[in-house]
Amino acid sequence: METSFREGLGMSEKVLMKGNEAIGEAAVQAGCQCYFGYPITPQNELTAYMSKRMLEEGRVFIQSESEIAAINMCFGAAAVGVRTMTSSSGPGISLKQEGISYVAGAELPVFYVNVMRGGPGLGNIAPSQADYFQCTRGGGHGDYRVIVYAPSDVQEQYDYTMLSFDLADRYRIPVMLATDGILGQMMEPLVLHDYKDPGDLPSKEAWRLGDAVTQEPIWITSVRLGEGELEEHNFKLQKKYEEIVEKEVRFEETAVDDADIVVVAYGTSARVARSAIEMARAAGIKVGLLRPITLWPFPEKRIREIAEKVDDMLAVEMSLGQMWEDVRLAACGACRVHLHGRTAGGVPDEAAVVDQIKTILSSKGDEIIRNF
Amino acid sequence: MVSKIRCSGFGGQGVVLMGKLLAQAGMIEEKHTTFFPQYGAAMRGGTANCSVVVSDNEIASPMVEEPDVILIMNGPSLDKFEPTVRPGGWIFYNTSLIDREVERDDVKVFKVAANDVADEVGSTRSANMVMLGAFAEKLGAVSVEALLDSLDVMLEGKGDKIMNVNREAMKRGAALAK
Repeated sequence: METSFREGLGMSEKVLMKGNEAIGEAAVQAGCQCYFGYPITPQNELTAYMSKRMLEEGRVFIQSESEIAAINMCFGAAAVGVRTMTSSSGPGISLKQEGISYVAGAELPVFYVNVMRGGPGLGNIAPSQADYFQCTRGGGHGDYRVIVYAPSDVQEQYDYTMLSFDLADRYRIPVMLATDGILGQMMEPLVLHDYKDPGDLPSKEAWRLGDAVTQEPIWITSVRLGEGELEEHNFKLQKKYEEIVEKEVRFEETAVDDADIVVVAYGTSARVARSAIEMARAAGIKVGLLRPITLWPFPEKRIREIAEKVDDMLAVEMSLGQMWEDVRLAACGACRVHLHGRTAGGVPDEAAVVDQIKTILSSKGDEIIRNF
Repeated sequence: MVSKIRCSGFGGQGVVLMGKLLAQAGMIEEKHTTFFPQYGAAMRGGTANCSVVVSDNEIASPMVEEPDVILIMNGPSLDKFEPTVRPGGWIFYNTSLIDREVERDDVKVFKVAANDVADEVGSTRSANMVMLGAFAEKLGAVSVEALLDSLDVMLEGKGDKIMNVNREAMKRGAALAK
């Protein structure tokens, strides 16, 4: 975004903004004090934006020597109690996983962004949702979870960035924003609004590192070598995760009530699915959409309820059956769960999704229809 | 109504700005709009392109594979994107730099001598504005007025001289299509 876009614009004004930059601006508004990052396409505009805005605000911006350094800098910043973040894309997020696991073990609030691209390996730079498994299973080693938001437009990237900082602080947990090359690179109208402090976030005073001279020493660590110590700690983490599953599941439903078949899709795929549903409804087919906004915790209860009512569900994703597994787990055999997957830069096509829906509705028995 | 537009030219012709102006104009007219750039490795002097969607309804993917309209600023872009246009769609192309005819007979064509007209208003660099003006006047996907208003946002702080040349170029382009 050129500076001229924003200068002189009051808050709550509508601007045309790139997804990557909307995330950066939301983080600045939410009081992020330290940004650490290392360049990778397709998230570079976020790092570039922060390099300018953080300095304007007199805050910390460091282009680190590597992705691993960036996440460990986040560990340090979070340990002293300030809001901090990093961002990358698939290969870089893989490198950060060790650090994220440490952050989870040490119960530190860190926000990080994955603007997903095609994998495996260095893959390509095209939009993708292929990091679903990595996002939703913690990503690194050990028994932990991270909260994962999956926005589907520029406005949501702005809004959920703000919410991510709140949840990271509330639960002392890593929170990830999972977007993709399309959402990061595209420009869309965005209402810039102020950050609103929820007002009930717990104080960090009791656990954060403070002044070494006047304060009692505080130990922030992910190492627990004493007998039974780690298991006790992990049970404590698990309780926290159960509270998150109870309270923080988010999803959006469209036309589910009278649907014969329900599509499950998130992020960019959900945008396409929404169009497909309109096309199908216009052709007299009763299709609904369930859009997970949190990938973890996954809206499994709601999917199970829907699965009891319909004969078919269809997972539409820019990966080859990763979210499909979670939909099948949630549906638990109550209905057929089919798959429409594209990969490595392929984006689902509305007409192809509608065609598959027609095929599904004319199929019989236990047959599972996959598009490849 | 949905308009899927691709702008393409060589680096430096301002095709990304064309796309941003179209998206900004769509926003001013309170339509749904997206702008999507070609991103990743690019070469100085190579081709640059971007996609814009302007719609009365929510937009699915901002990527445009089969555009309704292409706005073409140089020869390599015409070669690359002529085959992609939806049958019945439009090709606007810059005859100042492209001396061939469109080969397809299932699309509509509008020729714009964008550089020549831009030279007349005093800046070759505003050839992109000539093209935009002609497109908006001819097809009305966004209005010329909204594009002029978008210039105020996008070129804010660039000075009156640049602003006026661009406004004039856009109006001259629109006049070509009247």
